[in-house]
Amino acid sequence: MSEGAIKKFMFVNRKAPYGTIYALESLEVVLITAAFDQDVSLVFMDDGVFQLKKGQQTKGIENKNFSPTYRALDGYDIEKLYVEEEALAARGLSEEDLLVDVTVMPRAELGKLMDEMDVVLSF
Amino acid sequence: MLIAVTINEGPYQHQASDSAYLFCKAALEKGHEIRRVFFYNDGVNNASSLTEPPQDDRNIVQRWSKLAEEHKLDLVVCVAAALRRGIRDENLAPGFRISGLGQLVEAGIEADRLVTFGD
Amino acid sequence: MLHIVNKSAAERNALDSCLRVAQGGAILLIEDAVYAATKGNEAESRLRDAQSHLKIYVLAPDLEARGMQDRIMEGVTTVDYGGFVDLVTEHKNCQSWL
Repeated sequence: MSEGAIKKFMFVNRKAPYGTIYALESLEVVLITAAFDQDVSLVFMDDGVFQLKKGQQTKGIENKNFSPTYRALDGYDIEKLYVEEEALAARGLSEEDLLVDVTVMPRAELGKLMDEMDVVLSF
Repeated sequence: MLIAVTINEGPYQHQASDSAYLFCKAALEKGHEIRRVFFYNDGVNNASSLTEPPQDDRNIVQRWSKLAEEHKLDLVVCVAAALRRGIRDENLAPGFRISGLGQLVEAGIEADRLVTFGD
Repeated sequence: MLHIVNKSAAERNALDSCLRVAQGGAILLIEDAVYAATKGNEAESRLRDAQSHLKIYVLAPDLEARGMQDRIMEGVTTVDYGGFVDLVTEHKNCQSWL
């Protein structure tokens, strides 16, 4: 790896948690990417916004509740969390329903942001 | 150009691995270099040496092994995803190696393009 | 940038999400997404609207495998896997709308 190379990585999360493993395994890549000191952005759009819903209790499905990890991202210097404004509205959610501080953004703005990235990973 | 590929679905169930394979082959034919193919999520199942499709079907796993041998491709299977799904060194097809997620990030940093195939 | 879509637009929202977010560049339809680029399907009009700011490509081998090569809508360009590679290298980055 070339010394000090920093790329803009964007992780696009479009799937709800628990129904499939994508949300969890995406989060695992995010944490590793942070360890490489890269410029990391997370985008939650479509059903991906459900990943950030407050109050997840997974005891009844005998799955690990990984939602607290989103709150820990700050400690890994991952602070760029973007949520699609239209996706929240379409699901009857607002910013107050989310378990972590995010930037709510209209999808057209998200598209511009995506254009600026070096690497876009989608799960 | 330096290209990296990631595959997030297993063989046969989804077309992802087929599409990725044909993409890699075309890229190599055009003189590009495939920096790494990274297998993640159910994509790790592409590395199982226990796979045995019917004779009249393509052998997806062997096809990757062959391409890796011919072009010295680096086929990396994510260790955490692999252990979850029962892929280990004992049943790893030739040409694949098991390593950490850091290999995906490193491929993203080093390659000029990273293309994802999945569901 | 290059947007890659592989889902049938009738079954999943990947294409529609992509069309709403993509600001410019190109869309390549592969696998089950190729049905969206055929005449008379529900997504055709949405793709036609998108052609004002996006170039639409469709992967010919996937179109042919599905017997839809005789239905391709106007203004869409077919490419083979080599063309797919060219699209990836010609654009600065790409996103797969899985």
